[in-house]
Formats: sequence, C-alpha cells, structure tokens
Amino acid sequence: MALNSLGREIPEFYAGKRLVPYGDAWSLRPEGAVAARPVKRVNPGEGKRLSSLREALEASGLADGMTIATHHSLRNGDFLLNRIVAEIAAMGLKGIWIASSSVHPVHAEIIPHIKSGVIAGFQCGVNGLIGELASRGELSCPIVVRTHGGRARSIIEGSVKIDVAFIAAPCCDEYGNMNGYYGPSACGSLGYAQIDASYASCVVAVTDNLVPFPAIPVGIPQTLVDYVVVVDRLGDPAKIVSTTTRVTTDPVGLQIASYASQVIEASGLLQDGFSFQTGSGGISLAVAEKVRNAMRKGSIKGSFGCGGITGYFVEMLEEGLFSALMDVQCFDQEAVRSIGVNRAHQEISADMYANPFNAGSVVNRLDCVILGATEVDTAFNVNVNTESNGYLLHNTGGHSDTAAGAKLSIIVAPSIRGRLPIVRDRVTTITTPGDTIGVVVTERGIAVNDRHAELKEELVRRKLPVKEIADLQREICRVTGTPRPLEFEDEVVAVIEYRDGSIIDVVRRVKE
Amino acid sequence: MAHFKLRRSLLYVPGNMPSMLQNIPIFNCDSVIIDLEDAVPLAEKDAARHLVKRFLLNYTDRNKELLVRINPLDSKWGYEDLKVVLPAMPDGIRLPKADTPEIVERLDTLLTEFEEELEVEIGRFGILPSLESALGVINAVGIANSSERIFALAFGAEDYTASMEIERSRGGEELFNARTRVLWAAKAKGIQAVDTIFADVSDMEGLRAETELAKRLGYTGKCLVNPRQIEVVHDVFAPKEHEVEYALQVIEAIKRARQLGTGVIALGGKMVDAPVVKRAARVLRTAYAHGMVDTLIDEEEIHGAQ
Repeated sequence: MALNSLGREIPEFYAGKRLVPYGDAWSLRPEGAVAARPVKRVNPGEGKRLSSLREALEASGLADGMTIATHHSLRNGDFLLNRIVAEIAAMGLKGIWIASSSVHPVHAEIIPHIKSGVIAGFQCGVNGLIGELASRGELSCPIVVRTHGGRARSIIEGSVKIDVAFIAAPCCDEYGNMNGYYGPSACGSLGYAQIDASYASCVVAVTDNLVPFPAIPVGIPQTLVDYVVVVDRLGDPAKIVSTTTRVTTDPVGLQIASYASQVIEASGLLQDGFSFQTGSGGISLAVAEKVRNAMRKGSIKGSFGCGGITGYFVEMLEEGLFSALMDVQCFDQEAVRSIGVNRAHQEISADMYANPFNAGSVVNRLDCVILGATEVDTAFNVNVNTESNGYLLHNTGGHSDTAAGAKLSIIVAPSIRGRLPIVRDRVTTITTPGDTIGVVVTERGIAVNDRHAELKEELVRRKLPVKEIADLQREICRVTGTPRPLEFEDEVVAVIEYRDGSIIDVVRRVKE
Repeated sequence: MAHFKLRRSLLYVPGNMPSMLQNIPIFNCDSVIIDLEDAVPLAEKDAARHLVKRFLLNYTDRNKELLVRINPLDSKWGYEDLKVVLPAMPDGIRLPKADTPEIVERLDTLLTEFEEELEVEIGRFGILPSLESALGVINAVGIANSSERIFALAFGAEDYTASMEIERSRGGEELFNARTRVLWAAKAKGIQAVDTIFADVSDMEGLRAETELAKRLGYTGKCLVNPRQIEVVHDVFAPKEHEVEYALQVIEAIKRARQLGTGVIALGGKMVDAPVVKRAARVLRTAYAHGMVDTLIDEEEIHGAQ
C-alpha cells in the first residue's frame, strides 16, 4: 500500500498492473510514442459485409482473455453490448475484458456472464447494478474507472489495448463509412467511438441503417473498419437520447442556479469569446438559461459551447450567442438534429475533447464549466462515483477533465441530498481533486477555493452569501446532523484513475 | 424613516412542513410568513404551531423578517397559536380576516400582555392585518389607525373575491376598487401596502403584469406563494437606472446646499422640495438592496438638509 498525495491508500498492484499514486493534477508527463494498430490491406472487390455478430466475432479472432469495446452514445437504449456478450458466452470464450466508454444500467443483463467468468473485468467505469454488486463483493471483476479524457489517453498511449471494437453505427455503408446523425438509432456525435476505431486491432461496424455507399458525412471512415454487420435494431430510440432536457422548476435548484450565474458574471469571464460547458441536469440548464440571458443583455458573443450537447446549447448557437459547439456526445434529440445540419456544430473525439496527453485538448480552452457532485469535502475534493452508501454507482464522465481544464470550475449541488449533507469532512471517494475546483455553490451559500481569492472578494462585494466551506458544512449539519462514517472491508473492488493514469482513489467493498 | 424596512416580497411557507421550513433561510425574499391558518389541515393545527416554535428557536442566524400567520382570533386556535409561537420571537403576526379595528385592537392588547410576560419591549411584535373581505376593505382606514404596531396593510384577494361572490380574473379588474381603498388607508397612515398573492406559479408573465400594476398604484410589496416568484417581484420593484441616477443627483444637491449653508436646494435650475427628497431616499434604499449602489444613504445628512 502507498499513500497518494490526497492521503488515500493505494495498493501497489491491481488487476496485474503496477499503480501510480496520484501526485497532482499537472505534473505527470507521458513517455514514448502513441500506440499503433495493425497495418492492413483490402483489395478492390473484397467486401466487408458479414451476416451476423457471431460471424464477426469469429472473423475478428477474439480469444480467451482478450478485450472488447463498445461506445455509450446510445446510453441506456443500447442493445449491442448485451448481444455481443451473449454471443461470446455462446462461443464458450472466457476471461474477456470490457473496455467500453461506459457501461449503463441496461447492461445489468451481462451480470450472469460476469459470475460465470465469461467477463473478467472492466477497463471502464460502470453505472448502476454492476457497480453496486461489485461494492457488495458479489462480483469478482476488477473495475478501472476512467474519465472520458483518461480513457482516450489509456487507449492512445497503449496501456489499454482493445482487441475488437464494436461500433454501433446509426448510419453506415457496406464499406464501413459511418456517422451517428441519421437513422432510427441516431445518437449524434460518435466522439468516443472515434478513438476505438483508430486504435483497436479489429473494428466491426454494426448498423440497423445500411445506406448506399458512401455514407455522408463521414464520421468514422472506411479506412478504419474491418467488418460491417447489419442487425434489426441497435437500440431503443426512446432511451438513446432524452426527448427533452428541462430547466428545473424546483425553487432550491433555481436558487443554486441564480448564485452560480452570479458567480460567472462576477468572475469577469463572461465577455466576448466566452466558452462554457454544462451538463444536462435541471440545475445546469437553469444556469445556462441565466447565462444566456446575461449574454443577450450584454450583447456578448461566446466562442464555443462544449461537452455533452443539449438543445439548449443548440438554441444558443442558432441565436448567435456562440460561434461553435464542440460535441463529443449529444444529450437530446435536438442536439442530434443540429449536428446533422449545422457546420458550426462540430463533432470531436474524446481525445480532442479531454485527453491530457496530447498537444492540447478542448477542455484547456474552457472558461467555465458547471459540474455536479454527490459529495464535496472541506478540501474541495469531489465525489461523483460512489453514493453515500458507499456503492459504486456512477462513472466519472468528463468531470475531472473539465475541472482541470477550465479557468473556473463550479460545482452546483443542493446542500442536502436525501437527508445527508453534501459537504463532508472527507468524501467517500475522490473523483476530482480539490485543487481543480474553483467554487462550490449550494442554496445555503457559496464556498470559494483559496486559489480564486480575487473572485471571492468580488462575490463578497456583490453581497452574495460567501462562506468558508467548513462553515457551510457546519451550517448544513445543523439541519441534517452529522452522518455516521461508512465502514469498508480492505478488499478493493475498483480503482479510480485520474485523467493522467495515476490513481486518485480506490473503492472498497462495503461492510454489510 | 430610520426604521425603513424593505418589504418587496413576503413569502408564505406552510407551518406544517419541515422540509419547507428548513429552506426558509435560503430564499432571498424580504419577509417570510409562516402559515398556521389555511395551509394547515385541522388535524395538524396543534403539531404545526409546535413545529414552528421549534424551527424559530433553532433559526438563530435570522436573515429576514419572520411573520407568523395565526388562525383568526375568534377561532379556537388563534389564541393558542400566539401562546406557543410568541416565546420563539417572530417579528410580527399576520392577522387574517382583519375585518374591523376592534379585532386588531384585541390582538394589540394580547400582544402587550405577552410582551410583559416575556419581559420584552412593549411593541416588539408587529402586526400585519390582512384586509380580505368587503367589511375589511370598507374599514381600511379604521384598521390602519387601530394599532401603532401596524407597519403595513395587506390586501387578500382570494378571500375578498369569495366574500364578494365573484371570480378572480387574470387581469384583476374586479379588484381595482378594493386594492385602491386599502392603498389609500395605508398611505394616509404613512405605512406600507402589500398586494395580494398571484396564485398561478407557472405564469410568470401574469405575475409580472400584476406586480407592475400594484407598483404603479403605490404598493410597496407583494405576497408570494412560491419562491420562484421572488425574482420577478424584486425585478419589478427594482428602481430603474435613470431613477437611481436622478436620486443620486438629488442627494448630491442636498449635500451642496448644506455646504453652502442654504436651505434652498436646486437641481438643474429647479427647486427640490421635501417630497422629491423623500422619494429619492426611498429609491436609493431600494437600489442598495438590489446592489445598484454600494452604500446606504446617510439619513442624518438628508434629514439635516431638509
């Protein structure tokens, strides 16, 4: 065991690999060159169409112990990963690793195949039941949770080797050109799959919408695709993207949004060239609405909106409040529509979005990002992975990437979740280090990290309720009481990788 | 004037819901009215008043005015409400169904008795009578003068329309006479006037229109049923930039006049009289609350110059 710089105990090895304890957000530098994929030749007249997933699995050469990947752009509407795992099980293969961009609650269907040893572990974060069962010690499968940028890094630097990538392609031709814009399973950006296609040893495009060659525009090109398989359905359109993402009407949420937008205005960042990212949650959208109104009022022309894109950002683009959208993932149907028709709505890869080990990612150009939290501690460390019961229920997403990249990262969260205080002495799991967090906004007050002393002064001048984070914690605990600490076993069920590959924390089995 | 209190927004919070009471400190309204009357079912009357008492005793960092709407004094709960809640030191009592001066006088007497018993300053607890019936509106002037504890008159349109056997419309034309009469009584007494609630919490445009009307008539604040309404109401009551500019010029003119030792104040070649100064002072106090000016005006300086 070693202690990382945040005081978390990190094992020396996990899943057969030596771990690097987290030091800080900036210092770790890469060595060597990027990974490579096999050189190939496809001659005129050679086809790529195969008749079934089974045939594609056999053609790919997948064997015991190898690693597969899918992307999560279809989110909880994805059918593909479950079908692939079922086929792998039927083929009698064992010890397969999953290195998808994320695993969602819909993939709980593969749990029996984890228990039977078909699936050996996850080179990615998991959402929902798989994480919960792992936290209870009911699954024997290592889990390495990565950020979106960290996943791209791990594949590009070769620390995660994908043997076969299956890409759900909502619009695809028989030679493998594809995009996510059109078809019954349209999901918009294929930003995560672009990395898989570029570095996997074998790439299989799976589509329910085969179109005549060439599928235009080309999101992922034919040059990277080995096989094409047509299936009846890739996913459930109702769950692939949400039909609507709505601004909250909850007064507490609106209060938080009001404070957060005032923090942005006080920061001085809201001027021509402003760049911004929010999530799709109700509070985040309420902040976006207030920022939009401030931009209109001040005739401010922003440079770009980023991240998971919603119809809200599309409206701001079409209204001229932003010059461009940089889109790694579409969050709703309006964003999917827009990316197919608007040239200023740019699809970007997870590498371009957030990989810390390249010549500069988009998050480095962000002025301000709005992020959520399940817990924050008095050192501003943030947990988004585990719930207050200690179960691993959420993936990291772009949380740590954008917090590190943006000039100002703002956490918005209600001060009380359920009956528990959001601010703790020490978060259950550190997802994002406090050094990269600027401001924590709750309905009961605003806590500013000392590294933004000028902003703090300005907020006080504007008579906003600025409080020391420890005072905020005490105030909340006066309402909730102080929760009893959770108890854990020694067994590590998952490691939380920081975006640079060092280990920022581990998740231990919960003592029942 | 030294006791000026901004009351643009008076938010109702049900007294029987802990989850909502705990959020009282976080909303930016000027006043909160914790309700023990209409929002509380009969079976919860007793529990609610004790809950409110516990809440008030624990809410030590009071950051806004706290009023409690008791049940009518002629009901079986009204006196008990006072007995339980007053030791927890609310700032005042919202008196429902204030139909006559005599009802308010009775409350005044009771409050004095409680103040003596609690050994606090006589007059500590304020009264906000609610004029919400035809009788109450007719008696507005008498009610306004019935107690020195009264800091504002509130108009209650829901009960008023019921007493008039009419429907309340979105435009509120049927309320015009009553609204005006309550306002006259308040202005004549020199106290504030608080307009009725706007019940449709999703209709922000309707709320804005009604608040603008109330402000134009002379109302200084509005009762609210949802925290989402606070922002719109504050926005309406915020002074316009040109009003603030002019008010600052008036105050500058006062300072100049004082330096010159003259009682005559001129601004842009025009005489500035007492009502103009009074209005300027009110604008600047409100502007301060909105963060439009950095410092609160110096009352001494203004009054000294008049």
